[in-house]
Amino acid sequence: MYKASLGAYAQRNTDDHPPAYTPGYKTSVLRSPKNALISIAQTLTEVTSPHFREDQLGPKDNDLILNSAKDGAPIGERIIIHGYVHDQFGRPVKNALLEVWQAKASGRYRHPNDQYIGTLDPNFGGCGRMLTDENGFYVFRTIRPGPYPWRNRINEWRPAHIHFSVIADGWAQRLISQLYFEGDTLIDSCPILKTVPSDEQRRALIALEDKTNFIEADSRCYRFDIHLRGRRATYFENDLT
Amino acid sequence: MKNQTFQEWHETPSQTGGPYVHIGLLPKQADIDVFENNFGNSLVSDKTEGQRIRLEGQVFDGLGIPLRDVLIEIWQADANGVYPGSADTQGKSADSGFSGWGRAAADFGTGFWHFDTIKPGCVPGRKGSTQAPHIALVVFARGVNIGLNTRVYFDDETDANAKDPVLNSIEWVKRRETLIARREDRDGERVYRFDIRIQGDAETIFFDI
Repeated sequence: MYKASLGAYAQRNTDDHPPAYTPGYKTSVLRSPKNALISIAQTLTEVTSPHFREDQLGPKDNDLILNSAKDGAPIGERIIIHGYVHDQFGRPVKNALLEVWQAKASGRYRHPNDQYIGTLDPNFGGCGRMLTDENGFYVFRTIRPGPYPWRNRINEWRPAHIHFSVIADGWAQRLISQLYFEGDTLIDSCPILKTVPSDEQRRALIALEDKTNFIEADSRCYRFDIHLRGRRATYFENDLT
Repeated sequence: MKNQTFQEWHETPSQTGGPYVHIGLLPKQADIDVFENNFGNSLVSDKTEGQRIRLEGQVFDGLGIPLRDVLIEIWQADANGVYPGSADTQGKSADSGFSGWGRAAADFGTGFWHFDTIKPGCVPGRKGSTQAPHIALVVFARGVNIGLNTRVYFDDETDANAKDPVLNSIEWVKRRETLIARREDRDGERVYRFDIRIQGDAETIFFDI
């Protein structure tokens, strides 16, 4: 009997993503290829991926409240962010490496190149990482990041956001993006979020308040799901078609 | 009566990694000492099989200015052309001393990045073809809205490159040159230089994979 096996990742729907050239986000102007991308048929190179083990991570790696605390808790609103990583067909993506980084509550990053006047909190580093479980579920705890000004136009402000990176099962799934927060009034005017071409896709980057999972007298909670490319089924031949 | 339905999701859209990508992905470069085990740009250990190489370069914008806030990742097969993990269906075991993956950021002053790795072996292509030794490479940076995927080939693999199905699929023969790293031996070390030009004359080929 013929059986189905996993084929190539379904081709990327480029309309789901920002184009390279987005003049409203000025830095992209000189950092965008002028030529079209060349589409290649996937090989083993694109369907394989690095994998990570639990023992490569530390017990506090997904607790940004504690993992850089020196002499007390960091300043700011305590929040939990959780959700699922699925592929485009709804299959859970297990054991994916999710890495996150963000500004402090003041809006300043712990980075030698960030000169914003916002306060540097000695008890907050702003980075964390975790692996998804058998169901594709992840959770991390952090301080809600603050909005901050940046040089694009003179008086430009980023909405509060958390950067995230995903490494899953195939090199073709590699993704870096940003998570925003429901209700943030800076979202609609953000030139970086506006690079995403459709309202539906922009909304896919906005975490929703999850009141049911607030922890009493402790933390609020946001829900944020991620969808990655999935592998097509292939029938009747053992090739990546 | 209810119609059958099946739901397919849109991929989560990409956004730039921004200028402070180091905080999350290479925290030591942002002077943050948070993780016990840090990822980095060395893919080799004493146990790794194969020819040691250093892969290095810079990434240039449309004015030819090096990006000093760029982050690069590479993914490659081992010396025998095998990838770690079950998605490699060749039925051969991969070198247990080699992870195949590394991450590097440009120097904040010069924009130079490098990896210490090995020369990969040939990997099977589609329909019985053989791919020349190559390294998958992706570029993330401020101003780059979606990671730019390219491949590194080697200038001392002329015969294998001539038969490589991906290189041969590129209609503009002259542009294939942008994917070839140049060997320069330095104090006994084998170094390959791979500069990436995001835009402009000799723009590097980027792939939709």
